[in-house]
Amino acid sequence: MDLSALGSCLISPSCVITQSTSGLIIGLLLFLVAAGVSLIFGVLKVVNFAHGAFYMLGAYFAYSAYQLSGSYLIAVLAGGIGVAIFGVLFERLLISRVYGSPVLMQILVCYAMILILDDVVKIIWGADFLSFGMPPAFQQLPILFAGGVVPVFYLFLIVITLIIAALLGLLITKTRYGKIVRAAAVNPSMVSALGINTGVVYASVFMLGGLLAGLAGGLAAPVRSLTAGMGTSIIIESFIVTVIGGMGSVAGALVGSILIGLVRSFGSIGFPLFTEGLMFVMMAVVLVLKPSGLFGKEGR
Amino acid sequence: MTTTTNRTIFSAENIDVFYGTSQILFDVSIAVSEGQTMALLGRNGAGKSTTLKALAGLAPPKRGKTTVLGTEMQRRKPHVIARAGLGYVPEDRQVFPEHSVEDNLLIAEKKGPNGEDYWTLARIFEMLPMLEPLKGRMAGRLSGGEQQMLTIGRTLMGNPVGLLLDEPSEGLAPVIVQQIGALLRKLRDMGVTVLLAEQNMHFCLGIASHATVIDKGEIVYRDTIEALRANEDVKARYLAL
Repeated sequence: MDLSALGSCLISPSCVITQSTSGLIIGLLLFLVAAGVSLIFGVLKVVNFAHGAFYMLGAYFAYSAYQLSGSYLIAVLAGGIGVAIFGVLFERLLISRVYGSPVLMQILVCYAMILILDDVVKIIWGADFLSFGMPPAFQQLPILFAGGVVPVFYLFLIVITLIIAALLGLLITKTRYGKIVRAAAVNPSMVSALGINTGVVYASVFMLGGLLAGLAGGLAAPVRSLTAGMGTSIIIESFIVTVIGGMGSVAGALVGSILIGLVRSFGSIGFPLFTEGLMFVMMAVVLVLKPSGLFGKEGR
Repeated sequence: MTTTTNRTIFSAENIDVFYGTSQILFDVSIAVSEGQTMALLGRNGAGKSTTLKALAGLAPPKRGKTTVLGTEMQRRKPHVIARAGLGYVPEDRQVFPEHSVEDNLLIAEKKGPNGEDYWTLARIFEMLPMLEPLKGRMAGRLSGGEQQMLTIGRTLMGNPVGLLLDEPSEGLAPVIVQQIGALLRKLRDMGVTVLLAEQNMHFCLGIASHATVIDKGEIVYRDTIEALRANEDVKARYLAL
């Protein structure tokens, strides 16, 4: 524990800026994954443990698309769209068969998918760490802001993830599709009795979750090393986020993710050996004070 | 049993329905013809709700068939039956509590099976004027009577050719029950085809033309509602509380 280091960071604008940006990056990328986990749980009542593997798949799809096209934009889109398609197939072919089954069956299906995907990644892309490399457009000097160093790519990530978060919020709250999705989360049989095919709604939610996780993988690729199993830590953090923010709440996922990101980045200065533990401490505190999560409905 | 020359809008033919291993409906047949309001009467637990759920596809029959506009529906999912033109209003209202009144209605918006598009938000608010000032309010915060009006309006937004109404008067204050009755008479006068499940025969008088009585999962009586009203024996045996 190094509280004096944390204290001197908190009084230094440059350190606050640097740590906040890196915390935001961690948090906002995490949000894209956690929002999908939360949506899928909210609507389908399925805890998609394989969602971290979706993120990994997005990064690898983006890697290959980048190798082929040389365009970072195409790479990110390939990650998002590729995993969206994969998500629909996963839901229709596997997960839809275990709706209503004991939760153990669902975990088994998801865990099997994680193991299979990790091995598939090793077979296709190899077992070694892959480096995506910084796209040329972002290879420029970092911006200095109040003495803090902010790489251009970080700013880009923050802006683009916030845009995606805003679009997701609009989709869920303002569009007819979003209203149907939220209604299906509360009362699927009534939604079905009103003439809406809930099977299509479920598949589309998996597609949306896959799209977000795939985009996160593609966006993160330049600043993460690609390896089979890279989805494991992000899925654990996603669950912490959904517990903190409240299961099924997209706004909760955003707040929870940013909290986790900031705790990680500032925690690494004050508690370098206990950064992971801090997230769990935070989760425990939320569970004690508000068991349904910050944005959760009581009694869920 | 009164015969009608009108075409059948929806029907159940000799259906058996089970919940798990226990049988709830035994060989139930019921047909509702165009423009008719049929009351389905019986005590609590007699099988009224299950009959409606079987027609709506929510409790699929193990044997027998159901039809909508002549098409067999017993193996179809609820959304297919709804799109075929059968609208279902559940007994416990089941509004979407965290959606606004307007959103509850808009979620259900669709054309009827033959492209009918009579019911729009404006027409629903014309028919149910008490809902218009509440359109921005969360449906979960409405009174029971307002929620009942909303569920009926919500189902109408799908432009159904036939309507299944499950105990719309249940648990509501007498003044609200009167309003619901007035609404159902209005629908009848518009020519909407309705199967109205009720425990309360008096509520159905003046709304329904015909009555079917169900007891312990079997149909035990069919006639005009006036004939039922005069039949003390049937009333005492199957409807007295």
